This record gives sequence, structure tokens and C-alpha cells, in this order.
Amino acid sequence: MSTTSIERGPVTFSPTYLLLELRRSLRNRRTLIFLVIMPPVFFLLFGHGYRDSDPEAFAYVMISMAVYGAMIATTSIGAQVSVERSQGWTRQLRLTPLRPTGYVLTKVGAALILGVVPVVIVLGVGAALGAQLSFGEWIAAGVLSWFCSLVFAALGLFLGYLIPAENAMQFMGPLLALMSFFGGLFQPLDQMPQALQDIAPWMPTYAVGLVARSPITDSGLTLGHVADLLLWTGVFVAGTALLFRRDTQRV
Amino acid sequence: MNTTAIQETLPAVQLSGLVKSFGAVTAVNGLDLTVTPGEVVAFLGPNGAGKTSTIDILLGLSRATRGSVKVFGLDPAQAVAQGRIAAVMQTGGLLKDLTVRETVQLNASLYRQPRPVGEVLERAGITQIAGRRVGKCSGGEQQRLRFALALLPEPDLLVLDEPTTGMDVEARRAFWNAIRQDAAQGRSILFATHYLDEADSYADRIVMIRKGAVVADGTASQVRGMAAGRQVRVVLPGADQVALAALPGVTSVQQRGDSVTIACGDSDSVLRYLITSTTAHDFEVTSRNLEDAFIALTTDEATTGQGF
Repeated sequence: MSTTSIERGPVTFSPTYLLLELRRSLRNRRTLIFLVIMPPVFFLLFGHGYRDSDPEAFAYVMISMAVYGAMIATTSIGAQVSVERSQGWTRQLRLTPLRPTGYVLTKVGAALILGVVPVVIVLGVGAALGAQLSFGEWIAAGVLSWFCSLVFAALGLFLGYLIPAENAMQFMGPLLALMSFFGGLFQPLDQMPQALQDIAPWMPTYAVGLVARSPITDSGLTLGHVADLLLWTGVFVAGTALLFRRDTQRV
Repeated sequence: MNTTAIQETLPAVQLSGLVKSFGAVTAVNGLDLTVTPGEVVAFLGPNGAGKTSTIDILLGLSRATRGSVKVFGLDPAQAVAQGRIAAVMQTGGLLKDLTVRETVQLNASLYRQPRPVGEVLERAGITQIAGRRVGKCSGGEQQRLRFALALLPEPDLLVLDEPTTGMDVEARRAFWNAIRQDAAQGRSILFATHYLDEADSYADRIVMIRKGAVVADGTASQVRGMAAGRQVRVVLPGADQVALAALPGVTSVQQRGDSVTIACGDSDSVLRYLITSTTAHDFEVTSRNLEDAFIALTTDEATTGQGF
């Protein structure tokens, strides 16, 4: 029995699938706008005013926008699940030896790879405009912005499995923008009204921002915030797992 | 231990006592079906007869409420993972923004030992459109692409769920030509269809289902004989039903009062017998085609006339 399954058994991961997945995303004009254009434009919009007056706030907005870009990228990949489910693609995949988890792995892989793009672009624009960070700070801020977007890959997958709509991203774009605004990604929180400062800690974007900015500022990051981040990730992963199981064992 | 020899003798499909309920609705109701390797079976039935539910269970896409499902002796999911069974579904299942070739490449990468991409494109007759976006392909071309995907594992059993629904005559012919050219290797094929002429032309065996259970099952010619052929109706008091049933080509004899209805493949010999050896009178000969039989076998009295 086991000898046949080695030759013709289930497949967990396909690099070809991941590659084609990336190629699809890069061919999609809307995704490119989200990935390449929007994050630096938002950065200039919200951050350029601080460029000369407040370098610290400038760096704050730069890193926050890198987080925002990575978040959009990873969420939109996850959200494609809703489209692909409605098109019967996940059903087609179930007629192949690819394990159902292989599909999720491919999505997470593509999300993380594409998440690099806006981070590099935003930090590149920031550097060109004269943001002053040490080498170590650039690297640390970049890596943390990117890595923390993993929580949004989970959020995207969760919503992708939750929302039956053809295009979950139409719903998700505004949601992400609101979460970013209230989470303090668009403007330094200490410059916002007290009411907004009180709301911010309830947003998953808040803890991500704190972690990503921690290399350059005394952002007030505590272990509690890291726990927050883990909790959000846990909630989204658990939600995804639940819906995923319901989806693959549908009767 | 000679596993290959054992596997050869296992049926391609073995469904026994299959039941599938959706809440209060019973879609499949005690269905039994065995398909031997190499058989081409047409699965006929009106909408809602349980065809798609049965196929979904066979492919491991849904679970039976009761009963057992084996594909070459394996659970459906195992058979899929080993590439023994593959399917061409009616709609969906394609990403519109990939090209035809990319779609095949992607699916090929999900198998451990797939057939070469170029080969399945050729066999499905879509080499010329390999560079086209899937979203720009016609329904018939998309269906041949699904067929190409199903060929990747070189499956021993190919399941087609109403594969030509919505195609024009030309596209249907092209699709079936592709299937037929490929069917020579002794692969089992099970296809659900609405088109009786397809069942007639391409199947070795026809299985008709109604309300989730098999109502007719036989080789194409047997079902033809049972379902098609002629019907002779005569008035014959005290008819010898046993003698009539023993006549060559007779598939059924029904008596209502003095009226006897004989379904047969060869009405000439029945008529000759009735004229020379009995006192039968008021002869009436009608021909029944497969479609009449299909309706007769698969339709409720209440819904007769709605047809399909």
C-alpha cells in the first residue's frame, strides 16, 4: 500500500502552483495598483508634511505605510479564496492529489512574497526623500513590517472563507483603510484626538504598527502588545481553520 | 503479494446501498451500481434524479449518508490522490486569468507522475489555443481543457458530469471525438448526460436512475430492447402469457382484461405468431424510441409531459 502512495500519493506543496499564483497577481492591474502605487502615494499624502518639520513623524508614517502596503497585499491574496471558491476552483483542486492544506500554504506563500513589494517600495521612497535611519534600523523596520503582515494573511484567508461574495476585496479595501486609520497607521497617534487614541489599541493594526516601528522609536511596545498580536493571529487562524474544515468537508 | 493482479479484478466503481439526504430531501435512495474496468457507462436521469449527488460522492466531494463507495477498491479520496479517478465537471473549476497552457501546467504540478503537458493538450485537441486566456475560450474549448486536466493522471476511471450541456452540435461532436479517440486504452468512463443520443452512441451500458435509485440497467442494446423497439397491442382473450414471453425478442408482456401489450425488439415474428397460432385481433403496432422509454422509466406520473 505505502509503496504505491509514494509514487502516486497526495501532494502537499507545488512550487509551480506558487509561481503561477505570483504571475497571476502581477498580471492583475488592480493588484498592482494596490501593491505598487497606493502605499507610496498614501505615504506621500500623509507623511510628506512631516518631512522637514518632524523627521520622527516622517519615519513613523513611512513604516506605518509599509505595514499598510504589506497588509493590503497579504489580505488581498487571502481574499482571493472567496472568488476562487465561487468559481469552483477549490472544488477542481479537490479532484487532484493536492492536499487541501496545500492550497492554503500556496496562498500564504504568495501573500508573504508579494508582501515584500510594497515594503521595499515605501522604504525606498522614504530613503529617497531623506529619511534618516541607521542600516540596522532600515533592515529591522523592513523585516518587522513584512513579517507582521502575516496576521493579515490570516485575516484575508478568514474573510475569504467567510464571505461568499464574488469579490471580497470590495468589502475588504474600506475595512482595511478604516482599521489602518483607527489603528494609527495613517498619522502619529499622539497627534490624534483622545477618542481615537482610546479606540486604537482595539485594532489589530495597532499592535502591528507598534512592533514594526519599535526599531526606530520608543513606541511604548510592551509584551502585552506582542501578546495582542499573537491573539489576533490566533483568532484569524482559528477562524480560517474552522471555515476551511467546513468548506472541505461540505456535504 | 501480487497487488496489481488483485487490483485488476476490482470493479472500477462499486456503490452499494448508497443513500444521500439533504435534510428532509433524499437525493440518492439506496443506489447500487457496479462498473467493471473498461466499461463505458451512461448515467441517465431527469434533473433531480440524483445523478450529480451520486457523482459528487463517487469523487469524494461529498459524503454518503449511508452505504459504501469504492473506486478500484479504494475510498474516493484515495483514488483521487492516486490519480485513478479523474473528472470533467459541467461548469466552473477554471481560473479565467490563466492561459490554457498555464492551467494544464498548474494542474500537472499537483500530480506526482503526470502525463506531459504537450501531450494532454494534443489529446484534448487544444494545442492551437494553448496561449489563450481561459476567460476568452468558448464553452466547448473550456470543456476540452477540463478534459485535458482529467487526462493528466492517465486515470483508470473518467467521470463526466453532463459534459456537453450548453454546447452546440459542432462543439458536442468535437468534444466526443476527443473522448472517443482517447477511450481506446480500456479506460472506464462514467458519464451523466441529458442527451439520449450521446448515451446511445457512446455508451456500452446505460443506467437510468429515478428518485435516487436505478430503474433500468443494461447494455445499450438491452436497454434499447427493453425500452425501445416496438409495442404490439392486441385483443386476445385467455392469452398464454408464458408462451408469448418466450417468443424471440419479447421483453415484456402485460395483460389488462382481454388486451395484451407485448414489448419486443422484433414485432414481425410476434405478429406472425399471433396471426397463425392465436385468435388475436385488433392489431396495433407502435414504435417506441429510447426517449419514450426514458420518459416512461424516469418520470413520475404527476410530472409526465414536463420532460427534459
